[in-house]
Amino acid sequence: MLAVRNLEVVYDDVMLVLRGVSLDVPAGSVVALLGANGAGKTTLLRAISGLLGVHDGEVTKGEVTIDGEPVHALRPAAIVRRGVSQVMEGRRVLAELTVEENLRVGGHTRPREIAANLERVFALFPVLAERRHGVAGYLSGGEQQMLALGRALMASPRYLLLDEPSLGLAPALVRRIRDLIAEINRQGVTVLLVEQNARMALSIASHGYVLETGRVVMDKPAGELLRDEDIREFYLGLGAEGADRSFRDVKHYKRRKRWLS
Amino acid sequence: MDTLKGLLESLVRGLGNGSVYALLALGFVIIYKATRVISFAQPAFMICGAVAVSHLAGVTGFYAAVLISVAGVAALALAVERAAIRPMVGRPVFVVAIITLGVDVVLRVIVNGFIGRDVRQVGDPWGFRTVHLAGIGVQQRHLAMLAAAVVVLLAVFAFFRHTRYGLAMRAAAYDQEAALAQGVSVGMVFALSWALAGGLAAIAGTFVGTGQGVDQLTWIIALKALPAIILGGLDSLGGAVAGGLAVGVAESLVQAYQQQLAPWLGQNFAVVSPYVVMLVVLLVRPYGLFGTREVERV
Repeated sequence: MLAVRNLEVVYDDVMLVLRGVSLDVPAGSVVALLGANGAGKTTLLRAISGLLGVHDGEVTKGEVTIDGEPVHALRPAAIVRRGVSQVMEGRRVLAELTVEENLRVGGHTRPREIAANLERVFALFPVLAERRHGVAGYLSGGEQQMLALGRALMASPRYLLLDEPSLGLAPALVRRIRDLIAEINRQGVTVLLVEQNARMALSIASHGYVLETGRVVMDKPAGELLRDEDIREFYLGLGAEGADRSFRDVKHYKRRKRWLS
Repeated sequence: MDTLKGLLESLVRGLGNGSVYALLALGFVIIYKATRVISFAQPAFMICGAVAVSHLAGVTGFYAAVLISVAGVAALALAVERAAIRPMVGRPVFVVAIITLGVDVVLRVIVNGFIGRDVRQVGDPWGFRTVHLAGIGVQQRHLAMLAAAVVVLLAVFAFFRHTRYGLAMRAAAYDQEAALAQGVSVGMVFALSWALAGGLAAIAGTFVGTGQGVDQLTWIIALKALPAIILGGLDSLGGAVAGGLAVGVAESLVQAYQQQLAPWLGQNFAVVSPYVVMLVVLLVRPYGLFGTREVERV
């Protein structure tokens, strides 16, 4: 189990971005993490994968544990070796390298398993096998997302952290990516899925957390979240805003979110 | 016929010297790509390599001496990176570049103690002997430089294309955070880039010393790698090689023909010609011939 306990993260010594976040990702599950821009979702992922240092952030309180073992003080390479891989927001493929070279970089920590992992990735994403020797920068957005997923799988992860895999993709491709994530999960990889596309995330997740200004404000099984009135209104665009309404009620913007009241 | 022969001879001489500049330039570019810093310590590493060979050649023979010297200078570069550069990660590149200047001065002062006042021979088997190929007289050492550079460059390019660490270095050069997320240790990449650059500089230094030997002023030759990398583009390995060869050929052609064609430029214009070529290229293509982004000033 990947567990985050009372995590506080500060950037540049002053900006408190996470204020005591706790969450559990049980082995074998898909857990969704929802939240608006600036809520701290990406920061939480960085804290788990050890990439805070690059952005001058640090964990000031709390801990991140993998199977009970604290990892938040480790270097990124050590965390990858313990089986946690992150697919960063915006895909971040190495555009100048070929598809296969990108994948090999992903397998940097598991040099002996590269051949087997390449086969597994090409089986999951046949399009990558076709473009194997093509330059990664010329792939389409969806193919690049698959490459980013495949590259993370090259490290034989037990836990996969996905940061907005649906970003900038057409709806059909979002469904493809969603099905692929479900397939990866079936192969035994635990997934923590950060998304703005709440419908997509909750359709494959078993449990969901809602993060807002650095706090977890709601945490329920995915089915319940999908039925929750606030989630429907603010994340799924249903309910009050989408429904027919009289112009008498047009002051609906006065209705504010009050999670904790 | 004679003019063609003269042209070919100066071309071979230029390519020979140019391949040495290419090795040096490659070291600059490797460090630049990994750390975004231009390391001015390369001249010192070059001299260290040459002096180490000159001392060892009598004991172990020339070729073994070159191998030992390359390994030794690579280890020295590793130590310098660890002690002086790693603590400065995250600081402005300007600061790090100045530190490399300091490292260069310190190392050269120490090495000068091992050079002494006279010219030291590196004990190479070629000297100034020439061979005649199809009627063209070329110095053996220039052919050796060219051959050695080709072998070394092929090895370096194969390293970057096929090995795990080479790929990791390219990944880190392109996107450091993305490389970190794949489990690449960026510290390892910095260390490797310095070691590689040190080893390349040691080879270059040895070949600079062939024939003419090394003295306390030989290090200035390493600065010819600067026009070479600016010519080729700071962030392009292929550009560094092309730039190095271009600088070598330009220099040798100017040496051969400037006295006849433009005597008003005075003596020894060949020495500054690489910098003139660099200025012209900078005016036309400020990012170099093969570079992709704006050249960073340090």
